[in-house]
Amino acid sequence: MSRNILVLADLRNGGLRNVTFEMLSAAVQAAEGGNVYAAVIAGSAAGVTDTLAHYGATKVFVVENAALENYVPDAYATALEAIIKEANPNVVFLAHSAIGRDLAPKLAARFGAGQVSDIINVELEGGNLVFTRPIYAGKAFTKNVVEGDLLFATVRPNNLTKADADTSRTADVTTLSVELPADSLRTFIKEVVKKSTGGVDLSEAKIIVSGGRGVKSAEGFKPLQELADVLGAAVGASRAACDAEYCDYALQIGQTGKVVTPDLYFAVGISGAIQHLAGMSASKVIVAINKDPEAPIFKVADYGIVGDLFEIVPLLTEELKNVLAE
Amino acid sequence: MNIYVALKQTFDTEEKIVVEGGKIKEDGVRFVMNPYDEYAVEEAIKLRDEHGGTVTVVTIGPERAQEALRTALAMGADEAVHITDEVAFGDEFTASTVLAKYFADKNADIILCGNMAVDNGSGQTAIRLAELLNIAHVGTITKLEISGTDVVAHRDAEGDVEVVGAKLPLLVTCQQGLNDPRYPSLIGIRKANKKPLENPSAGDLGVDAGAVAAKSKVVETFLPPAKEGGRILAGDNAERVKELVSLLKNEAKVL
Repeated sequence: MSRNILVLADLRNGGLRNVTFEMLSAAVQAAEGGNVYAAVIAGSAAGVTDTLAHYGATKVFVVENAALENYVPDAYATALEAIIKEANPNVVFLAHSAIGRDLAPKLAARFGAGQVSDIINVELEGGNLVFTRPIYAGKAFTKNVVEGDLLFATVRPNNLTKADADTSRTADVTTLSVELPADSLRTFIKEVVKKSTGGVDLSEAKIIVSGGRGVKSAEGFKPLQELADVLGAAVGASRAACDAEYCDYALQIGQTGKVVTPDLYFAVGISGAIQHLAGMSASKVIVAINKDPEAPIFKVADYGIVGDLFEIVPLLTEELKNVLAE
Repeated sequence: MNIYVALKQTFDTEEKIVVEGGKIKEDGVRFVMNPYDEYAVEEAIKLRDEHGGTVTVVTIGPERAQEALRTALAMGADEAVHITDEVAFGDEFTASTVLAKYFADKNADIILCGNMAVDNGSGQTAIRLAELLNIAHVGTITKLEISGTDVVAHRDAEGDVEVVGAKLPLLVTCQQGLNDPRYPSLIGIRKANKKPLENPSAGDLGVDAGAVAAKSKVVETFLPPAKEGGRILAGDNAERVKELVSLLKNEAKVL
């Protein structure tokens, strides 16, 4: 049975994030011949609609408005509600990102619909969509079905397979005009303070360099940052490192904190408490560097080095510089 | 100020997960208040101490969940509400619809929740509740200031901080970094047992079983494949680092 699927483009600083293409690629499969639509909600949608077509959207619905420059729940909800009413989809995909995870439940409640959050897979079984999602931050998984003519799903970045872009594809673009008077918006952004380091976003990073208690101080994170810079990686941390105030809580990876699934994860000076393992053990390749050979992190690591991180990490940075320059 | 916290009891984050007969095994598991809800309770108590009023903590869950309410009361909350009716047990649609019925006549100035529960981790119920109550929400906050009905909250947006203005009534979901939740004192624990704990039935709340039935259903629960320990590299530091980079490049092919 075919179905129509609407994908909300996930934008950051005006650019499309990779998860958008992952969602479109999955939508093409899951639609079983139905339509795949994309939605763009932004201050300006300039330059993104063609790319959405290349990944499979046949129609793009756009709401552009100065009030959508920053994420404001009331404004984005009004815009997405208008698009849903126009496109009439059976399934709406949003990224499980700062915007998607906040917006999806608001819309699901507005439409009285079911939602499945943070999915890592979608399959067809007997004509139904079956969604796989982690529970207990990845200590276990469930497969879920959602009933109703309209359902919402938020999609974890880096998990669904992205198809190749086909630059010959085009889409019809429909621009909806939506009124968003300031007095209709119950919250407003006074200021945005950019704190993300080096612009590499933890949830989408292909490589993560994470530090734990063994890093010993805020200063101790410097060699990790240098390693990350060489690799174009994001820096993360264990709860112990955050609690000890070596770094900001925004970097925390674990059952409390972020759950990440990069291609390569360096656990540096991290012992591997269960709550941390829950947040990173689904990474494709794990490297552990720790002076304690008994540390539980070595049980999940693909490659381990037992030793002093303050000696090993700078050597590793140098070696990578050489190898990557080749 | 009329302050509410909607919270959940969850597994302790140090618990291992065991699946038995297709379900997560609960025997012998240590249950705690969802860690993100601790921030909500702490912030609620601080708001009450600053602005006056009462803190009411609300949960949906089986008998054992009363312990999480008692913990909140021992921390300093004033009253608790425990919805144990199985009609209220379903998915996030169910929970938010039941809570919306409860909150319909409460005139809450502010409702605080954790930004997600560490068990299901879907982060839906609180935001759905705000929508159903037709009040605004600010998600994943790390700072909260209230003066009169004006609110300024810091929202964690994937590492960036959005400074958000809003007005009461409001629902917020709490993120790590908001505060340091207090431990209940001995006196607090003793007092908690004497504080009021209400137990409304689905009927009391005007909840119709058919209208709150879950929209989503779990069809399978499984554990990830166990990971085997990998290779511990040998040699001096320079050799091991060279070998590691070579393995990452040629064997794992992740560089």
